[in-house]
Amino acid sequence: MYQVIVFLPLLGFLIAGLFGRMIGARASELVTTTLLFIAAFFAWIVFFRTTFGGEDGTVELFTWMSTGGLDVTWAIRVDSLTAVMLILVTTVSALVHLYSMGYMHEDPSRPRFFAYLSLFTFAMLTLVTSDNLVQLFFGWEGVGLASYLLIGFWYDKPSACAAAMKAFIVNRVGDFGFALGIFAVFMMTGSVAFEQVFASAPSLVDKNILFLGHEWHAPTIICLLLFVGAMGKSAQLGLHTWLPDAMEGPTPVSALIHAATMVTAGVFMVARLSPLFELSQTALNVVLFVGASTAFFAATIGCVQNDIKRVIAYSTCSQLGYMFTALGTGAYSVGVFHLLTHGFFKALLFLAAGSVITAMHHEQDMRHMGGLWRKIPFTYGTMMIGGLALTGFPFTAGYYSKDAIIETAFVSSSPFATYAWVLTVAAAALTAFYTWRQMFMTFHGETRADHHTYDHVHESPKTMLIPLGVLSLGALFAGMILYPYFVGHDVDQFFREAIFMGPENKILEEMHHIPGWAKWAPTAMMALGFLTAYWMYIANPAVPKALAKQNDVLYRFLLNKWYFDEIYDFLFVRTTKWLGNFLWKQGDIRVIDGYGPNGVSARVVDVTNRVIRLQTGYLYHYAFVMLVGVAALITWFMFGGAH
Amino acid sequence: MYDWPILSVVTFLPLVGALLIVLMIRGDDEVAKRNARWVALWATLVTFVISLLLLLGFDPSATEFQFVETRSWIGDIAAYRMGVDGISLPFVLLTTLLMPMCILASWESIQLRVKEYMICFLVLETLMIGTFSSLDLLQFYIFFEGGLIPMFIIIGIWGGKRRIYATFKFFLYTLAGSVLMMLAIMAMYWQSGTTDIVSLLHFNFPSGMQKWLWLAFFASFAVKMPMWPVHTWLPDAHVEAPTAGSVILAGILLKMGGYGFLRFSLPMFPEASAYFAPFVFTLSVIAIVYTSLVALMQEDIKKLIAYSSVAHMGYVTMGIFTLTQAGIQGAVFQMVSHGFVSGALFLCVGVVYDRMHTREIAAYGGLVHRMPIYATVFMVFTMANVGLPGTSGFIGEFLTLIATFGRNSWVAFFATSGVILSACYALWLYRRVIFGPLEKESLKSILDLNHREMLSLIPLLFFTILFGIWPQPILDACNVAVNAIMARADMASGAVKAASLMLP
Repeated sequence: MYQVIVFLPLLGFLIAGLFGRMIGARASELVTTTLLFIAAFFAWIVFFRTTFGGEDGTVELFTWMSTGGLDVTWAIRVDSLTAVMLILVTTVSALVHLYSMGYMHEDPSRPRFFAYLSLFTFAMLTLVTSDNLVQLFFGWEGVGLASYLLIGFWYDKPSACAAAMKAFIVNRVGDFGFALGIFAVFMMTGSVAFEQVFASAPSLVDKNILFLGHEWHAPTIICLLLFVGAMGKSAQLGLHTWLPDAMEGPTPVSALIHAATMVTAGVFMVARLSPLFELSQTALNVVLFVGASTAFFAATIGCVQNDIKRVIAYSTCSQLGYMFTALGTGAYSVGVFHLLTHGFFKALLFLAAGSVITAMHHEQDMRHMGGLWRKIPFTYGTMMIGGLALTGFPFTAGYYSKDAIIETAFVSSSPFATYAWVLTVAAAALTAFYTWRQMFMTFHGETRADHHTYDHVHESPKTMLIPLGVLSLGALFAGMILYPYFVGHDVDQFFREAIFMGPENKILEEMHHIPGWAKWAPTAMMALGFLTAYWMYIANPAVPKALAKQNDVLYRFLLNKWYFDEIYDFLFVRTTKWLGNFLWKQGDIRVIDGYGPNGVSARVVDVTNRVIRLQTGYLYHYAFVMLVGVAALITWFMFGGAH
Repeated sequence: MYDWPILSVVTFLPLVGALLIVLMIRGDDEVAKRNARWVALWATLVTFVISLLLLLGFDPSATEFQFVETRSWIGDIAAYRMGVDGISLPFVLLTTLLMPMCILASWESIQLRVKEYMICFLVLETLMIGTFSSLDLLQFYIFFEGGLIPMFIIIGIWGGKRRIYATFKFFLYTLAGSVLMMLAIMAMYWQSGTTDIVSLLHFNFPSGMQKWLWLAFFASFAVKMPMWPVHTWLPDAHVEAPTAGSVILAGILLKMGGYGFLRFSLPMFPEASAYFAPFVFTLSVIAIVYTSLVALMQEDIKKLIAYSSVAHMGYVTMGIFTLTQAGIQGAVFQMVSHGFVSGALFLCVGVVYDRMHTREIAAYGGLVHRMPIYATVFMVFTMANVGLPGTSGFIGEFLTLIATFGRNSWVAFFATSGVILSACYALWLYRRVIFGPLEKESLKSILDLNHREMLSLIPLLFFTILFGIWPQPILDACNVAVNAIMARADMASGAVKAASLMLP
């Protein structure tokens, strides 16, 4: 059964990819979508069996590589953590496949699109079912490839190509750390398989590792290196720059890859490696710090974006920060909880935004929208549900998971706990603000679209609305139903060995005993965000412009995304190019060739010329040279060779 | 295993094909050209099929050389000795596999002196297989250096505009290295009294002498590899060489350096190898970072891939001199994989070069519109070049890096940064050539891959993916042989330790 879930999407990819032109676009769509739905069906069965039935299992397929003590196998490992990811990935992927049949129906390269989607799903499934770090890395880079291909799907657009490249390369920077982390794990434990690594993890506590000429605490350096990988994939502060640009891809891609699944791989990885992260408080502190900072930082930018997709993209970035905040406090299950609920409501938001974009004939700028709710009520309703869940409106999914994270930050004993709590609470207000700003700008008020477009706004086809409906159910109820298993009292029973928490890690108990004001702070912030947005975009529409003018520097700082792109361009892109040119022109051509082959041959020519000049043709010159030579010879015999 | 000298047959069959062309085909008309092509194709194909028998008969668990043949030759000095082990067999097969593809790649692009061209390639194949299956030092040297001549001619006659400069650069560099190796071989003979590689593998040279011998061999192999800073001949040679020449150059000739390290430097001079390992590490890391950066700024497609080859060979030298099982096996794998991948990339460049007659990156753009199959194939090989897991490019990089990390984390750190840089130059190239709108008039009628081109690219694509997810055949094949090298290295380090213990 496990193989079916993982390999059906691969089969779909091969069929649509290799024979897509032969069987036509329609058949490709149907085949890939059907296979995905079958996979999702089995995934749900596996989910119930694993989590509630308690059946963990590993299927070993065959040896990948085996040499000199390193053994890597292809395997499918399913435990509760994997099972949670399985249902998220397959369900959202199946719905996105279905949605794409409507969204992409005018695109001539649909077989390619569906092939890529299925390829992505396959890679993501190998990632979450891996039983060793190398297979995890395979899935990791595989989803990176699929993401690259899908962001660059419309390869005519230079911006799409650039975004695709940027995504791949920034992810590679993260993978650089990830790879070094794998090497370090192998060096310290002699294995890359989770079983063995986790078994020998406790013995690492007091070990040191020599890395870059310095003795470090082994678990700390291992976890930090691995976390660099997670930062890249999950777009955390510093390595986040690719995610907003990735919105160049088609919207279903943004929903599946850049919201629900791939970007959460980093969160999954940290949760999966909880036995390692539990060994290093320093590493967890870093995770907490980075997570909380990202949550706040991305939310600030989200408040001023005008592209409907970019708002959601920054929101995703910010929510991923929340997840890492939970992980950093040691509440891994809470992080995974938010991963799951976020997967549903963020996919919903993106797909609803896609529905808006289709309705508006590929207009993405919210300044040209407004007043759409009458025209597309179903889209409006589902987007509202997604928005409510995101802001943490009581009893929606986000209310349970996001507030739980803020509570963990409050009770954590980490030195960054207060920092994290303040930032996440502030980010909660910002989240509510940008979400409502988006809702108001898109759906409410007088329309700012031109007549022609506005008159032709229409509700999307059924294939697009059904996924919206299904995801709405998830966004509404997933939190309520699953709360006990991720945050409440059934966590141990639900996750068993899938998540490891050290004996002194009592965060899940402590978070149930926090003062009332702290518990309600995020909800109050949500209300505050809503009121501000209402005041600025409904009651007094002139306010935003005035505010922007008043705080010009701040506004531009936010609008330009804290100038990260500009700084990176200056620091890395240009420097690298300059260095490449320098090494080529100066190093290779001037020094190596100049003093090497070209220089030598030039010298040879010089010497030959000089020899020619010596041949003057005058007899007495030769006689003189001969005389000198004979004198030298005699001298040598007398003094050097005599004894 | 077989009661006929299979290795000699595989080695000299191409030469027979060359003789056939010399003797049978007269004139320079269309018929003669066609016949020359077909004879060359059949000769290489039959060689390939027979070489598969080597694979069938090969016992990966045996510790001795296999398919050994011995005949007396120059009295006491040297004999004709052939044989393969797990390290040389993959290269023999790689050679016989790539050769028919080279003939196919030259099918239409070579119209001038077809007969001579095919003869050159067939002779070259004999010399290359001979290099990998020689078990005599002198015989090895002859094959090893002899390979230079046909390559020199191929670039010099069928090359591009600056071919004379490129050939001389190529020749001077390699010759300078090989003169030193010749001296070392003589010294080895005077010291040990034999040129038999099998006995030399168990001969212990005095440690002072080892260092000199090591350096002399290093000079030759480092140029062949090529290692930084003696790499500059490679981009020029590649740029000027015809497509098939580039394929052979990148696919096989570069591997001779790595093969030499494994066959001679490590087992014969183990102490010197351990002594010089940090030096090789330094050069390897510089090669990886430096040439990746240089590759980034290239304007010529072939030059870019040539520089990336130098970077990939950096992983090989690094892996070899970790002196660990995983590192050396990774290096062997990396060499074989690079044979597929870089060979295929040069074939890909050849495809568009044949159509447009330019290698300028700026002359292309938006090829995906007219050439979707080409774009797909090129994407797979680009990803393999980047070292994406699931392609064969990943295995070698991963194994060499994981082994290096155990030796020195600085080296591993800088070498791993190569994965970022390789993504930069490879994806940037892909974007500029394949993606984007199709705007250039000249490209608007360009045709996708034809059947002949598919025939040479698809097998490589298949192997790239197959060995990416199932590298075990190659790793198993070289396992025992690498074990033997390791045993020598361990013995040497044991001897060094014992010696140092005896000191007061």
